[in-house]
Amino acid sequence: MSTLQYLILIPGLIFVLMSVASGLIWLERRLLGIWQDRYGPNRVGPFGILQVLADILKVFTKEDWVPPFADKPVFIIAPAIIVVTVLITFAVVPFGPRAGLADLNIGLLFFLAMSSLGVYSVALAGWASDSKYSLLGGLRASAQMISYEVFMGLSLMGVVMLAGSFNLRTIVLAQKHMWNIVPQFLGFIIFMIAGIAETHRLPFDLPEAESELVAGFHSEYSGMKFGMFFLGEYFGITLISAMMTTLFLGGWFGPVLPPIVWFAVKTLAFICFFILLRATLPRPRYDQLMSFGWKAMFPLSLVNLLVTGGLILAGR
Amino acid sequence: MLALLRALWLILLHTFKKRVTVQYPERKAYVPPRWRGRIILSRDPDGGERCVACCLCAVACPVDCIALQATEDKTGRRYPETFRINFSRCIFCGYCEEACPTYAIQLTTDYEMGEYRRANLVYEKEDLLISGQGKYPGYNFYRVAGLEIGGKAKGEAENERPPVDVRGLLP
Amino acid sequence: MAIIFIDGKPYQAKDGVSLLDACLSLGFDVPYFCWHPALHSVGACRQCAVKVFKDEKDAKGKIVMSCMTPVADGMRLSIDDPEAIKFRASVIEWLMLNHPHDCPVCDEGGECHLQDMTLLAGHVYRRTTLKKRTHTNQDLGPFVNHEMNRCIQCYRCVRFYKDYAGGKDLDVFGCHDHVYFGRSRDGALESEFSGNLVEVCPTGVFTDKTFKKHYTRKWDLQAAPSVCVHCSLGCNTLPGERYGTLRRIRNRYNQSVNGYFLCDRGRYGYEFVNSKIRIRTASVKTNGAAPADEAAPELAISEIRKKLNGTHEGGIIGIGSPRASLESNYALRELVGAENFYHGVSDTVFNMMGEIVRIIKDGPVAAASLEDAREADAVLVLGEDVSNTAPMLALALRQASRNAPMVNLAKFKIPHWDDAAARNAIQNEKSPFFVASFTGTRLDGLSSEKPYRAAPDDVARLGFLIAHELAPESPGVPDASAEEKSLARRIAVALRNSKKPLIVCGTGPQSIHILRAAANAAWALKRAVPDARIAFSLPGCNSMGLALMDFPSGRPVSEALKRVQAGGAKAVIVIENELDESIGKEGAEEIMSLPCSVAIDFIATRTSQLAGVALPAASFAESQGTFVNNEARAQRFYMVMQPQNKNIHGVWRWIMEIKAALGTEKQCPEIDALTAELAKRMPQFAPIADRAYFPPPGFRIAGMKIPRQPHRYSGRTAMHTNIGMVEPKPPADTGSALSFSMEGFYDASKKQKIPSALLTHYWAPFWNSVQALNKFQSGTGGPLLGGESGKRLMEPSGSAPAYFTDIPEKQKKAPGPSGANNKGFFAVPLYHVFGSERLSMESQAVAGLCPEEGQPFIAASPRTLSALGLNKSDTMELEIGGAVFDFKTVADEEMAEGLAGVFVPKNANIAADLAGLYSKLPAWARFLVKTERKQ
Repeated sequence: MSTLQYLILIPGLIFVLMSVASGLIWLERRLLGIWQDRYGPNRVGPFGILQVLADILKVFTKEDWVPPFADKPVFIIAPAIIVVTVLITFAVVPFGPRAGLADLNIGLLFFLAMSSLGVYSVALAGWASDSKYSLLGGLRASAQMISYEVFMGLSLMGVVMLAGSFNLRTIVLAQKHMWNIVPQFLGFIIFMIAGIAETHRLPFDLPEAESELVAGFHSEYSGMKFGMFFLGEYFGITLISAMMTTLFLGGWFGPVLPPIVWFAVKTLAFICFFILLRATLPRPRYDQLMSFGWKAMFPLSLVNLLVTGGLILAGR
Repeated sequence: MLALLRALWLILLHTFKKRVTVQYPERKAYVPPRWRGRIILSRDPDGGERCVACCLCAVACPVDCIALQATEDKTGRRYPETFRINFSRCIFCGYCEEACPTYAIQLTTDYEMGEYRRANLVYEKEDLLISGQGKYPGYNFYRVAGLEIGGKAKGEAENERPPVDVRGLLP
Repeated sequence: MAIIFIDGKPYQAKDGVSLLDACLSLGFDVPYFCWHPALHSVGACRQCAVKVFKDEKDAKGKIVMSCMTPVADGMRLSIDDPEAIKFRASVIEWLMLNHPHDCPVCDEGGECHLQDMTLLAGHVYRRTTLKKRTHTNQDLGPFVNHEMNRCIQCYRCVRFYKDYAGGKDLDVFGCHDHVYFGRSRDGALESEFSGNLVEVCPTGVFTDKTFKKHYTRKWDLQAAPSVCVHCSLGCNTLPGERYGTLRRIRNRYNQSVNGYFLCDRGRYGYEFVNSKIRIRTASVKTNGAAPADEAAPELAISEIRKKLNGTHEGGIIGIGSPRASLESNYALRELVGAENFYHGVSDTVFNMMGEIVRIIKDGPVAAASLEDAREADAVLVLGEDVSNTAPMLALALRQASRNAPMVNLAKFKIPHWDDAAARNAIQNEKSPFFVASFTGTRLDGLSSEKPYRAAPDDVARLGFLIAHELAPESPGVPDASAEEKSLARRIAVALRNSKKPLIVCGTGPQSIHILRAAANAAWALKRAVPDARIAFSLPGCNSMGLALMDFPSGRPVSEALKRVQAGGAKAVIVIENELDESIGKEGAEEIMSLPCSVAIDFIATRTSQLAGVALPAASFAESQGTFVNNEARAQRFYMVMQPQNKNIHGVWRWIMEIKAALGTEKQCPEIDALTAELAKRMPQFAPIADRAYFPPPGFRIAGMKIPRQPHRYSGRTAMHTNIGMVEPKPPADTGSALSFSMEGFYDASKKQKIPSALLTHYWAPFWNSVQALNKFQSGTGGPLLGGESGKRLMEPSGSAPAYFTDIPEKQKKAPGPSGANNKGFFAVPLYHVFGSERLSMESQAVAGLCPEEGQPFIAASPRTLSALGLNKSDTMELEIGGAVFDFKTVADEEMAEGLAGVFVPKNANIAADLAGLYSKLPAWARFLVKTERKQ
């Protein structure tokens, strides 16, 4: 692709993602409402869709407050990190047969690397705020993300073995006949759980557990800086859903409809599932979260790796 | 694990349940008669002001948002000269109504009191006084009290004997 | 001390008191109605029943009335005994049978002893269906409202009014449940202590009529400890404020001074604070034009600076005031310099005050406090009409008149507090009580002999004679008649045989001789009776403070006039003073016509109207300061409320502003700093720096100030919202330890004691009425737990007296020839409790009771009048001190022959020349001509 194409495509993609992320705010509130026998936002614009606009206006006009006790530069940089790392990762996502920004042959590794970088945002925000709740939230986030990172990577190795490549496009093409979710069901489950933990979505939102830590690492944030954490979270959900589609649900493959639509539908379904999880499950204790990760998920992912490897060897 | 899936399923089923939200203001929710809404001052069956400016509502008010000044007419009937409720402070706890010995102050079912200017939430006596008896019909404090007022001399209240003739010699 | 067992636990109780008294003193809540700490027991209400047991083994016990049972050592009683509780509950149920359903419209509600006791005794539900007995009410005059339905027949009112205060027109009528407390017919109550009925009545039968006009519940009144400004006795008061106006005055208990009561002038004279004649803005006269313009304070100050330019050194004279606080007078004296400071009183008053200070300071006899007066057992009143000039002293003397015969009660084994029995035993016996005066007084009825009626000088001569009888070395009266001598001897013997004799005199007759005679008598008496006391009645609430200011080198206002006439002054500052009264109309005009004349006052006076610049001052309720009363007791009064507007400041603050404008001093210190400075600079006032009596502004209990508002103060978030939605921050009071808030330290549990000088209201759990006071006293009727408030500045030196030897001549019979006219009266000043004090005359209720509808008059005996061809209610022209006056005549049987009492009410309408008349009295008044009655 030419530079010009990139110059159009990149802002285009960012714009689309922004719209999706802010749309998710409305979607999440609406779905939560529905599942709680309410309506959710339904007053601003048709179906309340313009609630997003109102929220954006609000968050932009709020006072952008930096606490006097905070470490100012770090405090300001921290929310940017999460947005940037997640957005960069979208570069390697294959939205369709010919859609997608970069076609890295280490695409999957790039995804893992970038999502690990996201932890800096949370850890730095917690530390720079210089407040006990923020610090605790930051510490939890770091430990949680590092722990779940481990088997997130491991759970994907089965997929890599099946496709024989780290290139995401190749992985998708390898699923032309059978989606990975079938042979790699265990990997799929593990990756999904790890993904939720990675984006610290409910029920794994311990870094920002309201009942204990006020708002965790972003307690001291307000205005658009707070908005960026929020945005980062929705980008993260979208990213994990897109990755799950890519890695396990055959990416853009599907009958009748154009491939990009199939990709979008699958991603959206995962997003909705995430919201359903939020509406259903309570938050575990922190020690439960850690022991679940290390004592259940980690061994399981190793087993998955062994079995997959064994089967592939046997199949040769 | 199964329980978890079942929970997810049950929650999902709520998509098709009936909403509990009442779509105010298109539809109004049912408000019980004893609802604690906007405060009014009522009148007795004879059309006189029920409030006797005893200040009990003011002292019962936990947010001190009632201020009044007592005065008397020529016949000795006491009534409030000014009566002010600052609804921007009111928490609608209903203690004033509970404290009122004459059923004068009453909380009504009106709750639509939003204002853009706080000063508009300060209600003076003319804003509070209604022409009816409100929730408690029939009661007239001055018919029970021993105080002499215009139109009711000593001994004419309910449950009273005529005034004693101090100079009478009979036992 | 006796040990008594209450519900099984031992307690110490005072010997000889009643059980009720002991229980209340120990902090127990025993309900009662008819008992009152000052009126004692009568056993009328049966409410204070407790159970008494014979000994440890007695389980049955018997119910007694605790108020009628004396404490005995080892006594066992039970307050919580179920039978006693049931008994008390039925008693209150009976008492409440006929009580109307009035509480919401009753002024007593919220501070009602009946409400408190009903709850305390456990009566919460009306069971009876009987119809209620009703009564018609009476119009009892402008002070007291009557609502007879509410009566519970405790008899406290008549016991106070008749027995304690000597009133004759309130009594009890009828029988059984028809008992009626009132007058024989409608009409104003005659006693000047009628207002106390409001506090004495345990329910709402007698309520405050002036308060009714702007009624506010007790819990809504912002109050601060204050001192009455309407006479020299310095009674302690608790004024209450709401919505920026002063609503009422209540008694503030001070055992040494007023105790439980106040006079009506003090209680009802407060309305000047809210009146129209208040000066509320500064006014500046430009170019000597008559109408004064309203001016901003800054403009007034700059006007003063402009006018004073260059004349500061020695050019300004200051005229102090006997009604301004010590601090205000001191600030003025500091501004102008001691040599330019003049006391704003007439020569006569100035000399009398100097003499009184000398008598207290140098003589061996202590000035009597009101408590001393209440405890005296022999009284000699020399010249002063105490009931009209110092009413509470008269009330104290009335109690003194009972003390001597009370000794006999022991003979009948009647405890002193068994009031009805005691009065029965005493019958009409009285302490030795002698009245010598030129006019009838309301104490005459107490007199052991026919009151001695004579001109002031003759009264003084009697005093000298008594002194001579008591101590032969004191000068005798050479030309005394045998009659006078024998009277003096009888009085001397009676006084000598008493234990606590008291001699009462004052500035009323305006005769220095009477003061000297009284001093001689007291000093002579002191040799025989060590506890002899002397009491003075003075003209103003701070007369003593002003007199002490420069003693003995002060100057009266007449010297200021001389200086002005000699051209020695270019500017004058007058504070809280009506110069007409001390120096006459012309003198006042001359002084105020200086190029720069400044009057600082809170009411518009003729002086403030003459002034080039008039500045609005704060009244007693809006400022803080110290008054020194007749016995030289310094007492602090605190701000009850904020001044109505920002232009109004305390006098001392205005003087500081002027000082700052003149460049003498940049900083304006706080009032407390000024008080401290004053105490430091003037040794005679050193005790007012005593922090034990006058807590400093930094005083805190548990880190908190003392709140002016009760903890139930209501309406805070609504009372200002008609002006603006922002609720103003409570004003800070940097000058005292009181706060303008309901937040702060308040506790009635006797554990943490609030200093008495800072006690803003009386409240304790279960005790909402004024009777909560017993929770703040050490023993009922005893001193307050928070220590004394106020401190005496002078105690007798104990040195040998140098008797006064200047004995006046016998009163002449005629003015002495002046041309053909040798006819006339000897005019003496008359006073009336309602009328002789300027501030209280702004209260409609008080002014309404002024004699002769507030018109000046001359009172003389019918014979004196007819000798001049006059009848009562005639008008005539008189010449007094060179000026001619029109007067109406009033016949007064009690006036001494040849004398005429001049009465000029101090209201706003009195002509300027009449206002200054008192400063010339006593003097001969030449009768000029009988005039036609003006219609």
